[in-house]
Amino acid sequence: MSLLEVKDLVVEFSGRQGQVRALDGISFCIEHGEILGVVGESGAGKSLTGAAIIGLLDAPGRITSGEITLEGERIDRLPESQLRRIRGKRIGAIFQDPIAALDPLYRIGEQLIETIRTHLPLSREEARTRAIALLEETGIAAAEQRIDHYPHQFSGGMRQRVVIALALAAEPQLVIADEPTTALDVSIQAQIIGLLKRICRERKAAVMLITHDMGVIAETCDRVAVLYAGRIIEIGPVGEVIHRPAHPYTAGLMASIPDLDADLERLAQIDGAMPRLDAIPSGCAFHPRCSKAQERCRHERPTLGSVGKTRAACWFPNNTAAT
Amino acid sequence: MSAELVRVEGLSKRFDLSPSWLSRMVSGSPAQVLRAVDEVSFSIPRGTTLALVGESGCGKSTIARLLVGLQTPSAGRVLFDGADVHQTLRERRAPAQRLRQRVQMIFQDPYASLDPRWTVADIVAEPLLEQGLASPGAEAQGRVAELLAAVGLAGADGARFPHQFSGGQRQRISIARALATAPDFLVCDEPTSALDVSVQAQVLNLMRDLQRARGLTYLFISHNLAVVRYVSDSVGVLYLGRLVEWAPRARLFKQPRHPYTRMLLDAIPKLNDPGRSRNPVQGEVPNPLAPPSGCAFHPRCPHAKERCRQERPQLLDKDGARVACHAVEEGRLP
Repeated sequence: MSLLEVKDLVVEFSGRQGQVRALDGISFCIEHGEILGVVGESGAGKSLTGAAIIGLLDAPGRITSGEITLEGERIDRLPESQLRRIRGKRIGAIFQDPIAALDPLYRIGEQLIETIRTHLPLSREEARTRAIALLEETGIAAAEQRIDHYPHQFSGGMRQRVVIALALAAEPQLVIADEPTTALDVSIQAQIIGLLKRICRERKAAVMLITHDMGVIAETCDRVAVLYAGRIIEIGPVGEVIHRPAHPYTAGLMASIPDLDADLERLAQIDGAMPRLDAIPSGCAFHPRCSKAQERCRHERPTLGSVGKTRAACWFPNNTAAT
Repeated sequence: MSAELVRVEGLSKRFDLSPSWLSRMVSGSPAQVLRAVDEVSFSIPRGTTLALVGESGCGKSTIARLLVGLQTPSAGRVLFDGADVHQTLRERRAPAQRLRQRVQMIFQDPYASLDPRWTVADIVAEPLLEQGLASPGAEAQGRVAELLAAVGLAGADGARFPHQFSGGQRQRISIARALATAPDFLVCDEPTSALDVSVQAQVLNLMRDLQRARGLTYLFISHNLAVVRYVSDSVGVLYLGRLVEWAPRARLFKQPRHPYTRMLLDAIPKLNDPGRSRNPVQGEVPNPLAPPSGCAFHPRCPHAKERCRQERPQLLDKDGARVACHAVEEGRLP
């Protein structure tokens, strides 16, 4: 059984102009200990997918159909009190901005101890010992002194280490990391990604890594799901998706990334922009920007199907010879 | 006409962050001075792009603001076409106006840099009217339509408001506005950092086309070395307000010399070798209010020796590049 299974997830927002569908039939699973990357441009729905899984969708957004199961147990319809027991205990979360994730009025030790004692039957002393061990493990020097410092006394990179310690405090089976390195400098990004990967592998925790950075995905993940306009348009092993993308959008996205190792005469570009949620094109949502689009793409919505070693939602995928 | 359009000599900018005089007297807290930019020199040949890279706090945005005259230097000067920019802006009315036309800036955040209550046509026309380059009415409208077409927008877009556009389109509007006065020199401060990659590619391609068509000179500020490799002719690497390496693009990416440049290049995740494990350099950028002694990079540098802790390295020529590193100077590093 997969650790996490998301089936036909639909998230809608209702407003004055009526209903807007932000996630439209998302299905994927995460195996025990696996690192799944979720990539896409702004507005594709990657953060919403993470928020829906941990039950942190902001009103007026809500799950209108589909199901989410954690080890076979439905978690999308749980009352808040039960959800709170899963969040932190079985699913940890790391967000982009470490300053927003920590309470500025409490020493980081108090925040760690509170989290640990909420989920694990430990005394204050035991929880403190555990918190210090966690901070040491995340690479915070002099953890015994640092545990009594306030968040503002840490630099951005150090704060993100504290947030990782916090997310892993109750030994969750799954960690949802939403753009964990985007707010950090490049030299710090490498440290944090390395830490996240090592610490989750050691604990056999699975990770859902949400990011817009394909380089981070390439280095970290086992599989990757590419989102476009609230749908998964391609999902498969990282090496395959990056080097042999089946969906024209994935191919265009990969080609538009400037290359650090080569002098390029011109970047490939995808003209236009991601559609607004209230104006998603009919058929394949990507068809107005797609150079391979044909009549069928305008009317019929493609579903995920096997193309070589990946699965893509496209009527005319690349390297069709491999199917 | 000399080949050099912009020349920066010994440019420094210090910000006084001291507490007020009274609280210094009462609590005895010391004066604090932030050296945001510290004796930086470079030049940019006409029609080329110099990229400045570095992490937060390295002074790259302050340099951009100094170059366009939004800040005045604490020491050193900026020469534009041979004339001192800050002296011109201070003293001479007509040349100052001409200078403002010839130097323009593009900012990072296209959501903050456009007035939400103005139509796009008004935004683009403002510099034309302000500088007296077009008379209101048909002439200005015609110029606006040309500018919008030059950045790939439709003439009808002029009647719309900024919120009706996506981030990439807004950055096109910023570029159209910057081009309105027919400048020679554009200072671009992280112009694509707020954009998605596919949109970033559109904007970078547009900037390259405009440079070729109009012979523009760019100062391009970025933290993304892959973007820098695509846009630049030469590259300056900044660390804590100082230039630590300068080199022509091909040389910098083929043979980075300064340990900090090497570290930056190594820190970037690569698409081509999945699962690569690296040894990221330890430590973070130090507090710029209390920079380390000697070479500011020494606490993070694997090649640091006693001399690096004590003596600040000078920027020295090395095979057509310039590097400020004792290890390189002594031949300990290639």
